[in-house]
Amino acid sequence: MAKMTMVQALNLALRQEMEKDDRVVVLGEDVGVDGGVFRVTDGLIDQFGDQRALDTPLAESGIVGMSIGMAAYGLLPVCEIQFSGFSYLNFHQLECHAARLRWRSQGQITVPMVLRTPYGGGVRALEHHSESREVFYAHMPGLKMVIPSGPRNARALLVSAIRDPDPVVFFEGKAIYRAFREEVPEEEETTPIGKSQVVREGKDLTMISYGAMMRPTLDAALELKEKDGVEAEVIDLLTISPLDDKVFVESVTKTGRAMVIHEAPRSFGPGAEIVSRLMEKAFYYLEAPIARVTGFDVTIPLFSREKAYLPGVQRIAAAARKTLST
Amino acid sequence: MPRKKINLPYNIEYLSILDEKGKLDEKLEPDIPKEILFNLHRAMLLGRRFDERLMSLQRQGRIGTFAPVTGQEAAQLGAVALLRSSDWFVPSFRETAAELWRGRNMESVILAFGGFSEGAKSEEKLNNLPVSVPVASQVLHAVGIAWAIKYRQKDDVVMTFLGDGGTSEGDFHEGMNFAGVYQVPVIFVCQNNQWAISVPRSKQTHSKTLAQKSLAYDIPGIQVDGNDVLAVYVAAHEAVQRARSGGGPTMIECVTYRMMMHTTADDPKRYRTEKEVEIWRKRDPLSRFQKYMKDKGLISHDQIEALEEEIKAEIQAAVDHAEDQMKAGGDPLDMFEHTYAELSPNLIEQQEELKREIAAIKEKNHG
Repeated sequence: MAKMTMVQALNLALRQEMEKDDRVVVLGEDVGVDGGVFRVTDGLIDQFGDQRALDTPLAESGIVGMSIGMAAYGLLPVCEIQFSGFSYLNFHQLECHAARLRWRSQGQITVPMVLRTPYGGGVRALEHHSESREVFYAHMPGLKMVIPSGPRNARALLVSAIRDPDPVVFFEGKAIYRAFREEVPEEEETTPIGKSQVVREGKDLTMISYGAMMRPTLDAALELKEKDGVEAEVIDLLTISPLDDKVFVESVTKTGRAMVIHEAPRSFGPGAEIVSRLMEKAFYYLEAPIARVTGFDVTIPLFSREKAYLPGVQRIAAAARKTLST
Repeated sequence: MPRKKINLPYNIEYLSILDEKGKLDEKLEPDIPKEILFNLHRAMLLGRRFDERLMSLQRQGRIGTFAPVTGQEAAQLGAVALLRSSDWFVPSFRETAAELWRGRNMESVILAFGGFSEGAKSEEKLNNLPVSVPVASQVLHAVGIAWAIKYRQKDDVVMTFLGDGGTSEGDFHEGMNFAGVYQVPVIFVCQNNQWAISVPRSKQTHSKTLAQKSLAYDIPGIQVDGNDVLAVYVAAHEAVQRARSGGGPTMIECVTYRMMMHTTADDPKRYRTEKEVEIWRKRDPLSRFQKYMKDKGLISHDQIEALEEEIKAEIQAAVDHAEDQMKAGGDPLDMFEHTYAELSPNLIEQQEELKREIAAIKEKNHG
């Protein structure tokens, strides 16, 4: 098995799916000759030509609207929006059409497209390049919202997303594009959409997170073990919508304590939904209020202060200790 | 370093063949097969009568809000008449007459305007996208389909519709630009009906024509008398041929008029004069075309009367059938269908929740 960064793993997923199925077409700004500004589509134009790694004019609504048409015809478009902070220009195409055409046509027209886009802070970027707005997409019935947390699951989830019969918004954490490598098998691997995973077993506390926040969450779990002797169970959601509550509800019925970690703003964030599900399904097992360690309800600051905004190991561990002491 | 005029490849033409008095320009008269002329006439008459019937159903509270097409029959039917079934049709929300031409049945239209999503069902899979309400957003889907057709090396084409208001939307411009860049087989039909609810064409854009928007994208554009079905047909014929033979996109501006309100929820007396409507009433596309058909000896007054009766019965049958279904009410649990290919566990829980609620109401009513 080769050790790969998430960028390389995503590239592998695209390359293999394009090899297997000529319905798969990649499109977006700079995805062809340049291979994408983060190089996720690097080399695809050389292998598959400019009709399958398609450079588009600079227009997000155009990219997504055109992808919807391509999918309605029977192709499997994978479009890239260069930064999720620019995806508001295509927002109506997702809300009004990608998410609804199956319903509006009573199942006769479907939109099996993927919208890939980098999200999140931590890479010292300009304004509009660091936010986490997964709830916008998770709130749209008809869409699926997926966020991998590392090279191996990114590859497997992207393959699943491409093959999924429904439109999938696929967020890629910029902070983890190249932060670490993992073994990624050359042979096919998929991960089901709509299923979360226990990535660390424990009995004292359930930590629920996803995407780029999985690393500080796991690091905090390790610190709690080493310094406090606490065994935290850690859950990687992988899919935000449809949300798999089975795994975290089961975990909390065992641990009695829970916390949610995300970099999106707190109010109405993914944590709010997760906490509600726990109240509905695990209320009588709870020993303490459920903690939320999240971004603040402000615009994510420019990079000199983004570290203070983003949840880190210290903030996560402190919240865990508070939960454990209640 | 001269300062000189840049020659652009296209000029904007205006085409009119059958004027508002029904006078024919014989030099421009197209050679349209008789069968198509009959079909066009029937479809225009059906579109008009169906619109009138929908209006009365709406005023009686038997269906909800809808967007009437009266006055625009030529602008849409003259264009879609050029499509074959393997071509794609991407409408906005004021193309009911064209939708019927493309195989949608009247019953499904009544059901949809009656508030039943089942109205979107068609027995066979047609190459039509459903109605798109957000203005001009559908234009991009047409471009995507056209791109896929080119990718698959088929000779099908896509025809999409928008209005004068739609030309102000970004999606229209993005769609035109993408179509120009990729040279895909798509025809943009703009039904310039002079009004976007209360905003007149003159306040929508400073441009002299809407067709000239195509110049910015190096796409051929033409403005036609949209109430002259022959002119629309000729322009669409050229555009479809161009697209089918690999010549890329075309924009057609059909100058027409929205004879009725924007939708049944609107009162045009607030913003336009009856005098203006009267001017356009004299330019009616249907009576103009009927005069042409009669002058050519293709149809008689009696034949039109017989056709009126036939259409009336057809509409009545559709209304009866649709109302039977609406009265039956269908199943509210249907709302969970077709959101995703498969229901997630969470949606199954919510569906069960509604099922229990419905069962409790039923029990209470019977108890």
